[in-house]
Amino acid sequence: MTALLDIRGLTTEFRVNGRWHAAIQDVDLSLAANETLAVVGESGSGKSVTALSTLRLLPQAGARIGRGEILFEGRDLAKLSERQMAKVRGNDIAMIFQEPMTSLNPTMTVGDQIAEVLMIHRGMSHGAALNEARDLLDEVRVPDPARRVTEYPHQFSGGMRQRAMIAIALACRPKVLLADEPTTALDVTVQHQVLTLLDDLKRERGMGVIFITHNLGVVAQIADRVAVMYAGEIVETADCTRLFANPAHPYTEALLRAMPRVDRRADTLEPIPGSVPSITGRPAGCYFAPRCGYARPECGHHPVLGPISGAGGSDHQARCILRAKAEEAA
Amino acid sequence: MTRYIIRRLLAAIPTLLAMLTMVFVLVRLVPGDAAMAMLGDQASEASLSALRARLGLDQPIGVQYLAFLRDMLGGNFGVSMSSGRPVLEEVARVLPYTLELTAASIIIGAIFGLPLGMVAALYRNAWPDYVSRILSLTGLSFPGFVSGILMLLAFAVYLRWFPVMSIASDNIVDHLRNLALPALNLGLIMTAYITRVTRSSMLNVLGEDYIRTARAKGVPPRRLIMRHGLRNALIPVVTVVGLYFGTLIGNSVLVELVFTRPGLGKLILGALQARDYTLLQGLMVIFASFVILVNILTDLIYAVVDPRVSYS
Ligand SMILES: Nc1ncnc2c1ncn2[C@@H]1O[C@H](COP(=O)(O)OP(=O)(O)OP(=O)(O)O)[C@@H](O)[C@H]1O
Ligand code: SF4
Ligand SMILES: [Mg+2]
Repeated sequence: MTALLDIRGLTTEFRVNGRWHAAIQDVDLSLAANETLAVVGESGSGKSVTALSTLRLLPQAGARIGRGEILFEGRDLAKLSERQMAKVRGNDIAMIFQEPMTSLNPTMTVGDQIAEVLMIHRGMSHGAALNEARDLLDEVRVPDPARRVTEYPHQFSGGMRQRAMIAIALACRPKVLLADEPTTALDVTVQHQVLTLLDDLKRERGMGVIFITHNLGVVAQIADRVAVMYAGEIVETADCTRLFANPAHPYTEALLRAMPRVDRRADTLEPIPGSVPSITGRPAGCYFAPRCGYARPECGHHPVLGPISGAGGSDHQARCILRAKAEEAA
Repeated sequence: MTRYIIRRLLAAIPTLLAMLTMVFVLVRLVPGDAAMAMLGDQASEASLSALRARLGLDQPIGVQYLAFLRDMLGGNFGVSMSSGRPVLEEVARVLPYTLELTAASIIIGAIFGLPLGMVAALYRNAWPDYVSRILSLTGLSFPGFVSGILMLLAFAVYLRWFPVMSIASDNIVDHLRNLALPALNLGLIMTAYITRVTRSSMLNVLGEDYIRTARAKGVPPRRLIMRHGLRNALIPVVTVVGLYFGTLIGNSVLVELVFTRPGLGKLILGALQARDYTLLQGLMVIFASFVILVNILTDLIYAVVDPRVSYS
């Protein structure tokens, strides 16, 4: 499979108290057409920063991409001017944001906000774009779309805003969709509808989707591949089924144990003790060591992402010193 | 919309009553009483009591208060003690000059202040921001009449571009020449003020999630700033300028005196010198009602700019 989007060594830094700290470092991700890559990890692990960096949407002050390439169809987005980048955004690569309540412009009708992206990239007239906006709202299952296009965001509930965001993102039929927790504001039935919708669209259009979530249940339902992030790094990546069956990294294992499942009683859940270190307070050596049940003295060295052998291909990788040793021994 | 306007007007009634009560109390606080203040302490007891009877000052305080409310709410402001003309007429004669001056200064403030504030926000902590911050700080820290005198000296006395004293004229060019310096003087203060409010409001808006959404849509920079940024940043600017209106008229009054322009300033000064207490009382009430009205207007503009404000 040739990659549609190939992120290599991406490192993004924020300035905190006058010093630059990496929020994500050496992130490698690749995404093919018609593929859903789930990015999972606890809060603060760097999922949103990864997506925002990909579209170069970081705050203009106090944030920078330190290193890395963002190859989209072979072109490095990190090198584009802001003007060239604007042509890619919303057109080739679109994003759904984690914050549906605040991500829509309060002084513009929802219809105009959807239409705007069509007018910019497709050169449509306002009238034609509004018609299309209405159809898009219908497509994301917003009831009574003819009325809804004329309404303002404050007249929309959280779930409806989330769908409007999805409509904006899908308007120009992007090749890549970055979906950052697109279903958080939705109740379970609607969540299911939206996931099915995204999956249909992915199939119909051969769209590549990077799906960010901390809900492993959703991951199992929709992902082809999974990347697990911890403290700004990818710590494991594998095929979806393989990851669930054979997690190689202690953090993935812990996430799975903490995951609510229908075949398990709620009181057998094991939440992971402790929390993700902040970007200014990452430990030396393995970042997960303070919370890892397997930690040894060797874990004082920072592990690299290494291959894990096993059935079903070679693209299973994990960032753990013990696993690397086991691989060598095998 | 009509219902919204009615609701806003109704909500203004308590404010209006409080204001009237304050004016009533203020006037009663004049040492001695109004009659003595007007006639001077040399006046005979007979002429004093005659005037008191004419002003209704011999009535019990409650009766006086109710009569006062009835008169003021009915728009019956009485007759100026010094000129003998109705107070309303006196005010109506000079009000256009003051309004013209305040309107001109708001327009000047908007023309220069909005772009300056936007540029300052867009180039935050770079030289355009520093320049605009120094300018607006200077503009705000000078009392209006001081900069007015400086401008008079420079442009009217030294350069002779503009008249030193305003002379009423029907000629539109002369009229504008008369308006230019005082309007510029107040306009600069307004510019400083609007620059500052626009800058901070724009900075807030640029940090909003929906600006990021617009960037993610590929909205080009110019449209991003105008359509998504400015439109939202204007909402607080409108409010703040509306709230500032009372102060602005107060400033106009001083500036009118500096430039010897006809207007409320001259009328107020005259009323003070003549101890014309009916005129002063009428001026206070009309001025305060005007400020209340402008605040209602601001709310209406606000409702038009911001769709989240519901009319119902
Ligand atoms: N603008 C910023 N300035 C400083 N630090 C930031 C900024 N944005 C994010 N961070 C830090 O970067 C780290 C990663 O944040 P990120 O938002 O990517 O987490 P996340 O995985 O998306 O979490 P969540 O599940 O809560 O959305 C966090 O430690 C966060 O505090
Ligand atoms: S390297 Fe050590 S501390 Fe880190 S995850 Fe592996 S076992 Fe745990
Ligand atoms: Mg996030």
